[in-house]
Amino acid sequence: MSDFEPKVVAFVCNWCTYAGADLTGTSRIKYASNVKIIRFPCTGRIDFMLLLKAFANGADGIIVSGCHPNDCHYTSGNFHAKRRWIMFKELMDFMGVDMNRVTFSWVSAAEGVKWADVVNTTVTRIRELGPYVSYKELVNKSVEEEVKND
Amino acid sequence: MTSLIARAKELLENKTVQVVIGYEAGPTGVVRPAFITDPAKAESLIYDERCVQNLAVYLTKREVKNIGKMAIVATLPVMRSIMMLISEQQLFADNIVVLGISDDGKLLDIADNKVMQGYIEKSDLSNPAKYKGLLAELNKLSPEEKFLYWQKELSKCIKCYACRQACPMCYCTRCTVEVNQPQWIPVKANTHGNMEWHILRAMHLAGRCISCGECGRACPVGIPCHLLTMQLTDQVYNYFKVYAGTSEKMSSVLSTYEPNDKESFII
Amino acid sequence: METIRKLIRKQSLEKLYNNLSTTRKVYAPVIASDKQVEYKYNPAFTDVTFDHIRSTLSVKNVVFPKVENLFYYTNKQTESTITDIDLNKIQEVVLWGAHPCDNAAFDTLRSIFCWDITDEFFAKRLEKLVVIGLSCHLSDEYCFCTSVGLAPNSTKGSDILLSRLKNGDYHADILTEKGNAIVSASPELFESVTNEEAEITSVKQKFNHEQVTAKLSGAFENPFWVANSLRCIGCGACAYVCPTCACFDIQDEARGKEGKRYRSWDSCGFGLFTLHTSGHNPRNVQSQRWRQRIMHKFSYMPERNNSLGCVGCGRCSSGCPVDMNIAEQLEALQNI
Repeated sequence: MSDFEPKVVAFVCNWCTYAGADLTGTSRIKYASNVKIIRFPCTGRIDFMLLLKAFANGADGIIVSGCHPNDCHYTSGNFHAKRRWIMFKELMDFMGVDMNRVTFSWVSAAEGVKWADVVNTTVTRIRELGPYVSYKELVNKSVEEEVKND
Repeated sequence: MTSLIARAKELLENKTVQVVIGYEAGPTGVVRPAFITDPAKAESLIYDERCVQNLAVYLTKREVKNIGKMAIVATLPVMRSIMMLISEQQLFADNIVVLGISDDGKLLDIADNKVMQGYIEKSDLSNPAKYKGLLAELNKLSPEEKFLYWQKELSKCIKCYACRQACPMCYCTRCTVEVNQPQWIPVKANTHGNMEWHILRAMHLAGRCISCGECGRACPVGIPCHLLTMQLTDQVYNYFKVYAGTSEKMSSVLSTYEPNDKESFII
Repeated sequence: METIRKLIRKQSLEKLYNNLSTTRKVYAPVIASDKQVEYKYNPAFTDVTFDHIRSTLSVKNVVFPKVENLFYYTNKQTESTITDIDLNKIQEVVLWGAHPCDNAAFDTLRSIFCWDITDEFFAKRLEKLVVIGLSCHLSDEYCFCTSVGLAPNSTKGSDILLSRLKNGDYHADILTEKGNAIVSASPELFESVTNEEAEITSVKQKFNHEQVTAKLSGAFENPFWVANSLRCIGCGACAYVCPTCACFDIQDEARGKEGKRYRSWDSCGFGLFTLHTSGHNPRNVQSQRWRQRIMHKFSYMPERNNSLGCVGCGRCSSGCPVDMNIAEQLEALQNI
């Protein structure tokens, strides 16, 4: 377990968090390299199913990040996203999907330091939680359910 | 239910409506939906505690709408479904006559939408008592126990989509699962795919579900999928202090926002 | 092969089950935690139920699985490699305790899957299937096997048919070579019969299927269909629980460069079932789909396949959320 390196997927909005992550880089701030960033025009575009697909495809942790409320490039995308995340988190909590593995944040284009923080905190937390075994088992079990029929 | 039968007969004889949607008892005694077009047949309409199906699902069906103007026997869940459908532009209030039924089985005088809205606002809109207990129990389980519980239940799912078909709010002519560019939810029935389907369905109903329980009742293999949507109904009230189906304005929770929505987990 | 009737005592039945269960896959009915009857592979004998009227899902899963992989593929730069399923890997399955209605359904499914060309997947699974059926000593108001030419103790589709006697022992009717092979493997468990009568329930005949078929050939435009299908919500449950429904969908599923093609259960009751790529849908109203369901089972199949598309198990009616009671509709059709 000591050499477990978490795989973290980050769904970020183009105008704030992506630019913020750029700033982290240009400021030469070192931070954990476990994150694969996926760029969206806005957090309002992030479908909740994408998070589940990330877990199904091997992610151990997820970061979802966008513009601060009132700063959305499209005015209200992040407000809709916020509501969606609230409901999704409640549903996942009800079904027992581990939401400790998901970080939601507002990171603006000027917050290069914060982005590094968010990533480092998330990766540390996931490293402690370990790989997301129960979800991987669920997906593999589903594959087995079919093979049993062969 | 003589007052209901009389009213239905009257509406049909005056040609105010062309069809009355209600409940009847079939030859085997099982209660089922009735579509009365002939005033003489209005006698077969019944209402008792067995009449639980949410009839609003028929209000968006082409073959029923094509009969003409509709009257519908409406308990509270049905009234709320009607309100939701009107708010989402799937139904025009002038095209239907609501034959409201109170909680104790009496015919109500619902003259128009405003009256219906008033009745709904006075009622208890939280999840029905019989489901509150089971929800509370499930909420007490640990996350691991919850995950196992839902895996076990959802392994039974055969993806027949009875839950979707029975729900009045699932009226999309092309459901997202029937789009294969991309195939978001796998077509086949396996536990993981079934989970993704039920999560998607619950999220698409968040803020729109009026807790009628039809989805769980329709499921041929007995999955309590209504608990997923009802849990979100509880949480919608918890966070946003609203219930679905109370207004003819489009106001469902995920279609709107308040700049000051409170949450505790976004850093 | 001529039917041989033997007696098998209750204890010997348990031994037979255990013998089979330790050496091969046995699909047997149990009562699940939510009181529904379901079939499982190799449950303990003490969990197996002999008193069920019907399971929620049919047993067609053993020959027509709800998900069946057809082939796997890998995409490389300029070509794809296809790996076929090795059908010889399909193991033998003993179906234990299924009622005569479910067992007769295998013949109906064969008439569909092996009609003009042979569906290799189905044929191999059927070849590897041994059916130890169980006659019905219980029935309910949804049963109507006697209206479709069957009976609570029909032998059609079974290799061995068990019938319960009053004292808890069973008659075992050995009907086929496959059944004979099972008996020959444990001959000491089977004794000569006594004069005991088996307990068979009686199922009142509700309609005559031949008359229904005759009426249907002229009933395509009859207003019956619209009037009687308004309440159908197109949920698909009836087709999925039905032992003779065989419609399937084929889908490809890929992950990166690898994927598979599979087939899974489908229902003609779904709105998009007949949607063409042009956008035209010949059955875009539920009444057309309901008509299709009945006509296919009771008119087209008798005319073209010489088989009946229904075994009277009653699952569709007991599972239907809006009481589309098929026996009631067929009774009415007989009299139009």
